[in-house]
Amino acid sequence: MKNGNAKSAKDTVFYIITYAIMVLLMFICLYPFYYVFIYSISDSSAAQKGLTLLPKGLTVANYIKVLNLDGIVNSFFISLARTVLGTMITVLACSFFAYLVTKELYGRKIIYRFVIITMYFNSGLIPYYLTMRSYHLTNTFWVYVVPSAISAYYVVLLKTFIESLPMSLEESAKLDGAGYVTVFARIVFPLSKPILATITVFAAVAQWNNWFDNYIYVQSDTLKTLQLMLYDYLNQASQISQMSTSSLQHGAAAANVTAQSVRMTITMVATLPILCVYPFMQKYFVKGIMLGAVKG
Amino acid sequence: MIQVGRFKFKKERVTLTLLAVPFIVFIFAFCYVPLFGWILAFINYKPGLKIWDCDFAGLYYFKLIFKEWRKMSSVLKNTLGMSFLGLICTPLPAIFAIFLSELPSVRFKKLVQTFTTIPNFVSWVIIYALSYALFSSEGVVNQVLMNAGVLEKASNIIGNSNATWYFQTALSVWKSLGWNAIIYFAAIAGIDSELYDAASVDGAGRFQRILHITVPGISSTFFVLLLLQVSNLLSLGVDQYLAFYNSMVADKILVLDLHVYRLGLVTQDYSYATAVGIFKSLVSIILLFSVNSLSKKLRGESLV
Repeated sequence: MKNGNAKSAKDTVFYIITYAIMVLLMFICLYPFYYVFIYSISDSSAAQKGLTLLPKGLTVANYIKVLNLDGIVNSFFISLARTVLGTMITVLACSFFAYLVTKELYGRKIIYRFVIITMYFNSGLIPYYLTMRSYHLTNTFWVYVVPSAISAYYVVLLKTFIESLPMSLEESAKLDGAGYVTVFARIVFPLSKPILATITVFAAVAQWNNWFDNYIYVQSDTLKTLQLMLYDYLNQASQISQMSTSSLQHGAAAANVTAQSVRMTITMVATLPILCVYPFMQKYFVKGIMLGAVKG
Repeated sequence: MIQVGRFKFKKERVTLTLLAVPFIVFIFAFCYVPLFGWILAFINYKPGLKIWDCDFAGLYYFKLIFKEWRKMSSVLKNTLGMSFLGLICTPLPAIFAIFLSELPSVRFKKLVQTFTTIPNFVSWVIIYALSYALFSSEGVVNQVLMNAGVLEKASNIIGNSNATWYFQTALSVWKSLGWNAIIYFAAIAGIDSELYDAASVDGAGRFQRILHITVPGISSTFFVLLLLQVSNLLSLGVDQYLAFYNSMVADKILVLDLHVYRLGLVTQDYSYATAVGIFKSLVSIILLFSVNSLSKKLRGESLV
């Protein structure tokens, strides 16, 4: 009996410590987002004096100010467009190609190896940059969505999945005279929904977050993504203060919005889409990493 | 059936192969064609000139790497320094997963997993913005520490070159801890629960069970990930360091990938940048093969 009590006391201590550490970890992961959020909805000058846990002087002035900044709305739509279009291209191209690779085409093994090898080397930044330039992709929207169309990793995941599908449906469709494209569109694609969902999520997050391609390939302001917009604002404090004065001249209601509030609000605008869709997508992330692990 | 000379082709297979051709061309154009750019390292490339109009430089740019070794060694030191700090931190996701798995509440575990995975899905620009909000001189961390009397005056860790390596490593851990733990959760879930019951019957305590059942159960996963990380020692990527790059920490944050970027696209020294990039690729491939044969020897399984 005594022994049992000692054991459960030990357990209790273990649980308390572990729970405490886990709560602390959650706090460390979430607080930065929370802080930026309360900063973005707080009155600018009150926020400057210090915020910790609660917003001060609730206001939407920061958001109004940010939405009125030159190019912000445009960059939001560029980011959205590249995410939607880029993801669609990647998912369709990778899945159709993976489907073809599961079929008996000539040189199938060589073709598959030709794809796999690309996972283990790359040309490096400069040759790649010059290649994009020679294809006239620099300073176009296409550089966001075309080079990422086929990823060897996704092709591997999809091929493995498609190979596990039952052949019988496909064969009966074939007997009815359906071609490969029809079979793919009507049968294989719908049946692959679980893996397609995972890849859609991966590709979409990658598209939304990518700013380096914008940074090096695209100089045009009309094609600027939200992420790069944020990067520029973080690095050009002076520019923002100039903009504040110009908005003062315009007599905007949000005249006394500080540069810091602007930065925090743009950060929030760039993060919110991810935070909003995240809970719905989490299970697909987990599935994806497990599929990758099986492969590795 | 189509017959060309002695060869017979099935019509169906020809159709399939033709459908695949555009994809093969695409992969060739975007993954293989850029490799021809390696030629830049062997000529004196000037932007605007055609490749065949440039002088042949031989191994000049590769020799330059060693001639300017002082710069290069500082870059390598930063790269390897942060890589090794990262390697030291590889057990953290495993430890996190082990302790979280010990908790009884399924709901709480899910909650912790959800929240700790979020940072993996934001870009480095956003992490830079978050760090700026938290750690800059006017940031909340400084304010709290000064109010508590721990700090006398504000210190800005983003601009502190002595802290750069540790700070960047800590940020990487923050970003990836929950995400990297997912694979360990799965490995732990795959361990036969009878092992734990049997151990309990034999009088094993919690830590003995962890040490003798859980740890061996996830060790192969751990080693695979560790070896893969070793093969990527030089490839820290450019996003993170570019986002956090500033003149105060420039000496400590310049990693190999960022160095290549700056040589090429900032100073426009394409040939030298390509040479450094090739140097990096070669070392990385050697690392990958050594790690792979090490894995074969130790585990009897290859990685790639």
